[in-house]
Formats: sequence, C-alpha cells, structure tokens
Amino acid sequence: MRGWKALTLTTLRLYLREPIGAFFTLAFPAMLVLLFGAIYGNEPVPMFGGRGTMDISMPAYTALILGTVGLLSVPITTAGYREQGILRRFRSTPMRPLTYIAADVVTNLIMTLLGMAVVVLLGWLLFRVRFEGSLPAVLCAVLLGGLAMSSVGYLIASLASTARLAQIIGMVIFYPMMFLSGAGMPIEILPESIRRISTYLPLTYVVRLLRGAWFGEPWREHGLEVLILAGILLVCGALAARFFRWE
Amino acid sequence: MTAVIEVADLIKTYGTTRAVDGVSFDVQPGEIFGMVGPNGAGKTTTIECLEGLRRGDSGRVRILGLDPIAQREAVAERIGIQLQESSLPARLKAGEALALFGAFYHQALPPAELLERLGLSEKSGAAVAKLSGGQRQRLFIALALVNRPEIVFFDELTTGLDPQARRAMWDLVREIRSQGATVFLTTHYMEEAERLCDRVAILDHGQIVALDTPDGLIRSLGVENRLTFTVPDGRSVPDLAGVAGVERVEVNGERVLVSGRGRRFTSTVVGALEEAEVPFLDLRTEQPNLEDVFLALTGRQMRE
Repeated sequence: MRGWKALTLTTLRLYLREPIGAFFTLAFPAMLVLLFGAIYGNEPVPMFGGRGTMDISMPAYTALILGTVGLLSVPITTAGYREQGILRRFRSTPMRPLTYIAADVVTNLIMTLLGMAVVVLLGWLLFRVRFEGSLPAVLCAVLLGGLAMSSVGYLIASLASTARLAQIIGMVIFYPMMFLSGAGMPIEILPESIRRISTYLPLTYVVRLLRGAWFGEPWREHGLEVLILAGILLVCGALAARFFRWE
Repeated sequence: MTAVIEVADLIKTYGTTRAVDGVSFDVQPGEIFGMVGPNGAGKTTTIECLEGLRRGDSGRVRILGLDPIAQREAVAERIGIQLQESSLPARLKAGEALALFGAFYHQALPPAELLERLGLSEKSGAAVAKLSGGQRQRLFIALALVNRPEIVFFDELTTGLDPQARRAMWDLVREIRSQGATVFLTTHYMEEAERLCDRVAILDHGQIVALDTPDGLIRSLGVENRLTFTVPDGRSVPDLAGVAGVERVEVNGERVLVSGRGRRFTSTVVGALEEAEVPFLDLRTEQPNLEDVFLALTGRQMRE
C-alpha cells in the first residue's frame, strides 16, 4: 500500500478544492437543516414517535450525504479521471489499483463524516436534536451504507463510456431517491403509493438503518437492511471490479 | 553489454489492423534510441507494450531483463514514463504532484530538486491547470524522472512545442542520458531523430523498415552531399579534386558545384578553401537527411 497515505491526503485536498463536490457534501445538507428547521422546527410529532422533524432528519441527511458521495462524487470523479488520462498516469507507476481505491474510499468516508458533523452540530445548536443510539453503531451503519452506495458509483463509472454519461446516470439514480427514500424529506409525510415505491430504492435501506442506529434500536430489527446493503455491496463491487477500465 | 530493452517478434492487432507487425530490436544501456514514423505507424502501441501498459498478442519483451506485464511493479519501479495522452487533476499543484508520485516509489528525488532542474521552481505552488503547455510538459518529464529511472520512455515528447522549446527538450534528453539513464523515445519529427538519437528505428505500417545510426541510415542511401559557392570575379577556381571525399567538381562560370560523400564532407571542402585562401561567397550545402531515407524506403513523404 505504498503511497496510500500521500494519495489519501492529496485526494482529500482536491475534494475540498473542488467547489461543487464540497458544496454537495458540506453545504447542501447544512442548508436543508436551516431550511426545513425554519419551516418545521423540532416540536415532538406523534407521526415520528414523539420525536421532532429535525431529530429524525439527522440520520436522514446523513444518508443523503452517503447517496451524494457514492452516486454523484464517485462516478463523476472516477470516470472523469479515466477520461482525462489521470488514471492512466497513475497506472504508469508501481502503485497498486487497490491503493487507489482504498485512498478514494477513505477520502469519501472522511468527507461524509465532515458533512455529518456539520449537520449534527447545526441541528444541536439550533434545535437541540436528540441522539439516542451509540456512536459505534452509527459509524458501522455509515460504513456499510457508504460502501454500498460507493460500489454502485464505481459500477456506474466502470460501465459508462464517458464522464458525462456517468454523471447523468448518477443523477438519474440519485435525484428520485433523494425525494422518495426519506433521505431528503421524511417518508412519513409521503402518500402510501409512493412509500411502496420507496421499498425498491437502495437509499431507503440506508435511511432505515441509520435511523435505527441513531435511535438505539437493536441491530436484529434491521437484519433486512443489513442484508440488502451487503448484497448491493457484494454484487456491485464484484461487477465494478470485473468491468473497471483504467483508460 | 546486456541490452536493457529486448524486443523479439512483437505483434499487436486491433480488430483487423496489425498495429505492430513483428517488431524486433535491442537497446543498449546509455543509448538514446528513437522510433520514428508517421502517425499510425505503431510507435505508441510499441512503446506502451514496452512500458507494460499494453500486452502484445505475441512476441517477447524484456525490460531490464524483466517481463513488463508479469513483473509490472518491479519494472515500473525502475523506469520513467512520459505518456502522450495523460493529465493530472486540474487543481493539483506542481510541487504536490511530484511529492505524490514520489511516494509511489521506493526511492524518490525531492520535488524541489526536480522543479529546479526543469526550470519550474517558481511554479511549485501553481495548479496544473494554470501551467502553460510547455510548463506542463516539463512537469510530466519531472514526473517521469522522480524515481531516478534507469530507462526513460518519451512518447512524442516535443509534439506541439515551438522550435525553441523543442531544442530545450533535446538538451534535457541529452542531460538525462549523460546522468546514466537510457532513453527510448518516439517522434514523428525526422529532424529530432536525426539530431538527438544514437540509433533510429524507422517504423512504417507496424514494421521496422530500417534500423541504424542516423549517419548509417543516410549513408545507406548512397546519396551524395552537394556544396555550391561562388568565386568572385578574377579569382581562379581552386583545385578541389584531390580533397578527401570529393568525387566531382563542376564549374559554371563563377559558380562551383562540388559533390562527394562522407560525414565531414562539407567541413573538409570549406577547410580546403580556407587553406588555399580562396574567397567564396553564397555557400550552400545540400545534404541528404532522414526525410530522404524515409522517402527512399517507403516511397512516401513523411509529413509532420
């Protein structure tokens, strides 16, 4: 894994220098907290089991960040690097492919945690949001959800012939999910028919798992979510590895 | 001496096109070895097979005695590569790029030293996207040198550069060689191959049609050198028939045409004129070059 640390630090730096990427990971979720917080506040609501809108929005916005990073950042950056010949330049060194992927995954994880920290800090300062789970459980959920979404992103990058196409596919998959999975707005306020659609969307299971971890529900109640996300990770990860192209 | 690059019967086919069609050659340590030919001759495919970026359909390639595909990492550790088409993240800074790529190798030169050597010291903090074409090219050369490579590969190093920048690149390549590295380069500039390379392989339609020193290639044409000059009124035309290399002297009034062979033909004739204290005006030389070699071998002009 020689060069892994240097590559991770460089990738992080580049992520922060890229205004669009940094906006969607760090600023956009924070804006949602301000916007929906101003509209709904955080009064306890029976529909949310006595929790406030902002309480349940914390794990939801975390899932939103995971979706943005995995389904937009990963395919756009990866396919872009391939199209521009950047991956080719990396491949001309002794660096191993796994080193590249590991640096990318860790960078995305750190960016996710940063985005999450901003959201939670704002939520706590403005709305005194509650946290009833355990930190390790939340981190495990973030890791599984993040890897599952990223594996979809790498698969998109592997299959799309151009960076532009990768971006379009990522957006087509992500944007409907943002509204219908409960990541962008609580699923409870959507009509029954749409909620049925949500059961077909991968991001829905990230939202459910994170919400469970956030409010201290036991893992065994979320076996289905873990199973589905692990399945996505295995299948998309294997397909991405099979179809990945350096140029 | 053991060859540092060995290629035997290399073949690479894309669809129905044989991009490389049975190429064989060896490169000795310390050489500047050039592969010239028109666009589409198979130069880039060949160099990429040597670099381990592409696998040939058949044939044998050894770099420093190693297989560049099966022993990719070991080979990559010891060679430097400048690619024809590649780039770096736009917002990466020049100094950061060198530090990053240095981290991929067991040993690496300090970024500051490389930047200095390539005249980029002031650009250390400049983003890749803000560099000019020539500066970016120099940064890519610095990247190719970061691990003190034993062999450096340059693919179309000077394409798109102005003549002055091209000459600066030639000096750089010579300097890299003088520090002990072997250089393998491709170019479609015949002049570049002639001026820079110790040996040149001329590639056409995926095959090597000639391989020798630039002089050897030109000599093999059997074409003579010509030199013409004017002797001012009233001065006698000197007797040059006995000068080494001179084969024929024609005098048309004041204009004298001397033909002959040999690498030192021009300087010998001029030296003889100086010796005889004969004033000469409007001296012109006509020497065959690698363009003529290509034309003779393929029946086509080699166009830039």
